[in-house]
Amino acid sequence: MTHAAVSLSEVTKHFGEVVAVTGLDLDVADGEFFSLLGPSGCGKTTTLRMIAGFEFPTAGSIRIHGAEVGLEPPHRRPVNTVFQSYALFPHMTVEDNVAFGLQMKRVSDHEISDRVRRALDMVQLAHRASARPSQLSGGQQQRVALARALVNEPEVLLLDEPLGALDLKLRQAMQVELKELQERVGITFIYVTHDQEEALTMSDRIGVMSEGRLLQVGEPEQIYEHPTSRFVADFIGEINLLPATVIDAGTVELLGGHRVGATTGTEAGTEVTVAIRPERFELYDLDEAIPDGSNRIEGTVARRTYYGDVFYYDVDTPAGRIEAKEENRPGVDHYEHGDRVIVVWHRSAMSVVKD
Amino acid sequence: MIPAPAKSERQALEQSAEKADSRRGLLISLPSYLYLVLFFAIPFGIVFVYSFATRSRTGRTVLEGWNLDSYGRLGDSIVREIAFRSLVLAVVTTVVCLLASYPFAYYIATRRPAIRNVLLVLVMIPFWSNFLVRTYAWRVLLGTNGPISQLSQLLGGDEIRILFTNTAVLIGLVYGYLPFMVLPLYASLERMDWNLVEAARDLYADGWTAFRRITLPLSMPGVIAGSILVFIPSLGAYVTPALLGGARTTLLGDYIVGQFLSARNWPYGSALSVAVMVVMLFAAVFYFRAGAKNA
Repeated sequence: MTHAAVSLSEVTKHFGEVVAVTGLDLDVADGEFFSLLGPSGCGKTTTLRMIAGFEFPTAGSIRIHGAEVGLEPPHRRPVNTVFQSYALFPHMTVEDNVAFGLQMKRVSDHEISDRVRRALDMVQLAHRASARPSQLSGGQQQRVALARALVNEPEVLLLDEPLGALDLKLRQAMQVELKELQERVGITFIYVTHDQEEALTMSDRIGVMSEGRLLQVGEPEQIYEHPTSRFVADFIGEINLLPATVIDAGTVELLGGHRVGATTGTEAGTEVTVAIRPERFELYDLDEAIPDGSNRIEGTVARRTYYGDVFYYDVDTPAGRIEAKEENRPGVDHYEHGDRVIVVWHRSAMSVVKD
Repeated sequence: MIPAPAKSERQALEQSAEKADSRRGLLISLPSYLYLVLFFAIPFGIVFVYSFATRSRTGRTVLEGWNLDSYGRLGDSIVREIAFRSLVLAVVTTVVCLLASYPFAYYIATRRPAIRNVLLVLVMIPFWSNFLVRTYAWRVLLGTNGPISQLSQLLGGDEIRILFTNTAVLIGLVYGYLPFMVLPLYASLERMDWNLVEAARDLYADGWTAFRRITLPLSMPGVIAGSILVFIPSLGAYVTPALLGGARTTLLGDYIVGQFLSARNWPYGSALSVAVMVVMLFAAVFYFRAGAKNA
């Protein structure tokens, strides 16, 4: 029987009165790049620290490849961590930093120097082996931290907002580098971040957390296209949230009595929220032909904002104000303040969430 | 286009700014310099000059016929014996202070900030009363009929006769200088990035190894500063040995004072003082060098 790389079941963590994580169930597959995404204070870092062994769960079980480790100290767990602050040892050279874990595991000197050299080659820092961490740039320190963890060939690598301290350009470059590295070494990554873009671009799957709970787990597309809760819809990307009432399995009624097609899956009469991404809307002239089977609602352009590559339109409709996003392409008509338009979207672009 | 100022012009500007900076710095540090010159450099200069002078037969210091006779006597067996005894006592005092202070400083540094401040005030409370008085208190505590001895007898033990021995001096010195060890240790542990310890634990180090490889080396500046602050005054201690030590266990401080007050041999006393200072200077430089290597 094969086990998940990491398996959390009913994991709960209290700090005194404060509940940091509650009833968390999660399986992360071998070789997966899994992100825990959520705002600060949502419990994602606490979850990571429990997997690393810096915190012990108040209740529940943590297994790594089937072995229960919930109450093992960190040095007895086959995982390594890349810290947000890197936590490089300032009194040791880059080389000694990377060698530390292998020394602790009493690997032979010969093998240590061999593996350290390969790890530093992997992150392209072999030429800085004898430097002190303070002599390196932020990006280089980040790579040393990665090498220091990966050299031990852990069963799972835990990363706590590792790119948070880098500037935008470097962060984007490191995102690509990290993802490629993960594919090359094939180690399971559990990646904690509050940056949705990071989570979407790098992960195989994402778990969205809020207030100590895991709200939704899924592939990036699933999370983005089909949020199952108002929080997930709102937290990831831009989204329009409109109050609605369920009429039947295929229809909801928006404010103003306007009925549109949707896959509801809940009882008639339930108060729900419908969530639609701005880029899923198309704007049409009043007299233009609308594709069959689309939802539509008329409205007035309240504002147009120019972003270079896109236009944002705020459209006032009976169902509320809708934000729509249209690409700035030649041949596409642009609307002005006060224009009457038809806002059109496909029913599959709309998620119905309960809270 | 506005031409950039010529290079020489800019340099001149920078130089004058630097000059103004250093002038201001000098002005601010002037009181400290004055203090050091008046109360340290000049007195030490006098001691240094006296160490080459001659003692008249009546015990007056004659400022002529400069010679190295006083320094010649530094190799006497009595001086060697006293110096060795003082050195051992100072080293033991430093080590005991270090061993006692480290866990305490560690404890304080890992508490919540509010509790830390309370504990730090507790460390400093002894400074609120006079050192001499506190040392006298030890005479009572350690006396043959003192509370410690009585407690020992109450528990069926012997009378404790440690007053006027080196043990009593050691207790007095450790007691007196402990805060000087605790405070710098605390200062360096308080700055400690505990993430580093977690990182070591994450990299398979057990608690003790993480302490030995990470916490201890990173707190070395505190260890060194504390050791210097305890070692140097212990080596030249006068009050504590005078009050708690015995006549048979003369230490450097007593011996030097004796040269000035009883033996009336100021040149010899001065030479001894200069020698002790030179040794301390070397010790301090050695310590700081070792510390710089670690940091």
